[in-house]
Amino acid sequence: MTVTENEARPASGAAPEPVAHGGVRLTGVTKVFGRGATATTAVQDVDLDVRPGEFVTIVGASGCGKSTLLSLVAGLEQVTTGTLEVGGRVALMFQEATLLPWLTAAQNVALALKLRGVARAERTPQAHALLERVRLGAYADKRPHELSGGMRQRVALARVLAQDASVVCMDEPLGALDAMTRDHMHDEIERVAGEAGLTVLFVTHNVREAVRLGDRAVLMGSSPGRVVHTEHIDLPRPRRMEDPEVARRAGSLTAALREDVARHVG
Amino acid sequence: MSVDERPAGTGTSGGLATAVGAASGPGPLAPLVGADSDRSRALTRAWAGTWPKVGAVVAFVAIWQAVVLSGWRPEFVLPAPLTVAQTLGDLVREPEFWQAIGTTLRRALVGFAFAIAIGTVVGIAVSRFRPVRAAIGSLITGLQTMPSIVWFPLAILLFGLNEQAITFVVILGAAPSIANGIISGIDHVPPAFTRLGTVLGAGSVDLYRHFVIPAALPSYVAGLNQGWAFAWRSLMAGELLVIIEGKPSLGSRLSFAQDFNNAPELIAYMLVILVLGMLADTVFSSQSRRMRRRRGLAVD
Repeated sequence: MTVTENEARPASGAAPEPVAHGGVRLTGVTKVFGRGATATTAVQDVDLDVRPGEFVTIVGASGCGKSTLLSLVAGLEQVTTGTLEVGGRVALMFQEATLLPWLTAAQNVALALKLRGVARAERTPQAHALLERVRLGAYADKRPHELSGGMRQRVALARVLAQDASVVCMDEPLGALDAMTRDHMHDEIERVAGEAGLTVLFVTHNVREAVRLGDRAVLMGSSPGRVVHTEHIDLPRPRRMEDPEVARRAGSLTAALREDVARHVG
Repeated sequence: MSVDERPAGTGTSGGLATAVGAASGPGPLAPLVGADSDRSRALTRAWAGTWPKVGAVVAFVAIWQAVVLSGWRPEFVLPAPLTVAQTLGDLVREPEFWQAIGTTLRRALVGFAFAIAIGTVVGIAVSRFRPVRAAIGSLITGLQTMPSIVWFPLAILLFGLNEQAITFVVILGAAPSIANGIISGIDHVPPAFTRLGTVLGAGSVDLYRHFVIPAALPSYVAGLNQGWAFAWRSLMAGELLVIIEGKPSLGSRLSFAQDFNNAPELIAYMLVILVLGMLADTVFSSQSRRMRRRRGLAVD
């Protein structure tokens, strides 16, 4: 979005280098809503350097500015101070699948293709191919109300792929699903993002989910929202929510989170 | 549980199985059930919807006949159902009858078409531009509650006893409902849809075309339905008041039937007007029901 695709170059790590294609770099990013006495700082002085193809989970209590952070990366909000560099197009996935109820699954995906400027003749075959990638090829002509919650989120995932983005911001996309469907969606998101080489920023309030999915889990503290802890999760994949090691790492993250909450309350 | 038991990305984990089970698509069992039971179920449903209507008509005719037999009013004022049916049978063989229906329907359609154009433009303007809303938003609701027959004296002064006077009032009767339908439709577009449009990179034209207008459509159709009802009422009032020579219409025939004390013909025309109104309503409600079903909204 801020950097076009042809400006993409391999990540070299040095700070002044432009961010690589698929990379995201926040430097001292602060977001203040409102002015004067009513001003609230939603996000304060966040530094975050995300490698292309990295899966970063952002976890924290409600109201810690996680969603604001995503809105900034997605370009829905402007940073107040600091710099934000994004290498390529950003797609966004919400807690609700937000499929248009008057369109079929394939038409929902095709609309994203159309708005990206894909030629009419190519839209339908491409939409079907994308639905195949989330294993919903057989449901292309179903309308959203005929699909289960998990299937709707998979259509939303296919729509994200249709946007041809290099970075995907997911704002608690599985928050409304039951545990079994959520487990399955973890596999799907992991697989699809891996195949497409997507960089993912995944916001959740579920610490274990953050450990299950992330190459790195970023812990955000509240009022104002800032990064309090970063955990590299070097566990082998595939992982499961109920793996003891996942549980152990989630436990230590929860402890860090609790510490931050206690500091604020005390 | 071990990691190997359910490796990531192997098709049918528990989640997918649940998801497939919950979908209402044609499952593997569908061919076994067969088309026959589908058809008989459709017949049962059709009958379930039909018999109360048939019963109501039968009851109405029976009460009507009973009142006639009671001698409450002489037969030349209140004819029996059979007399009216015979009159109607004679009428449908007259070219004038079909001419009258043709004139009335043409007036209704022309007036309604103008009302759609005006109501839609005004509705979009009100929903888009704040000052327009402040200026005429409440006026539209006010006009909607105003009986359109009130406009006729002015319309006759402005246009004379002619078609324009009728069309003018039909438009004024229908347009406010249509405008209100589109205004409330656009006002209630879920913000998530417009946000999605922005995220997908839609400009303001695409945002309207692909997100706002389709989302507002059910409310717009409801407005059209109500607008049609008002147009039809205004038209009947107009045809009773503004009788144009040499142009038979349902309203003028009704009026003549009263002038000549021809009660069977009068009631026959009333029935025709009732049936035409109901047919139009059926078209609108079946459209709106189809749309709601496609969107998975509650259908009665």
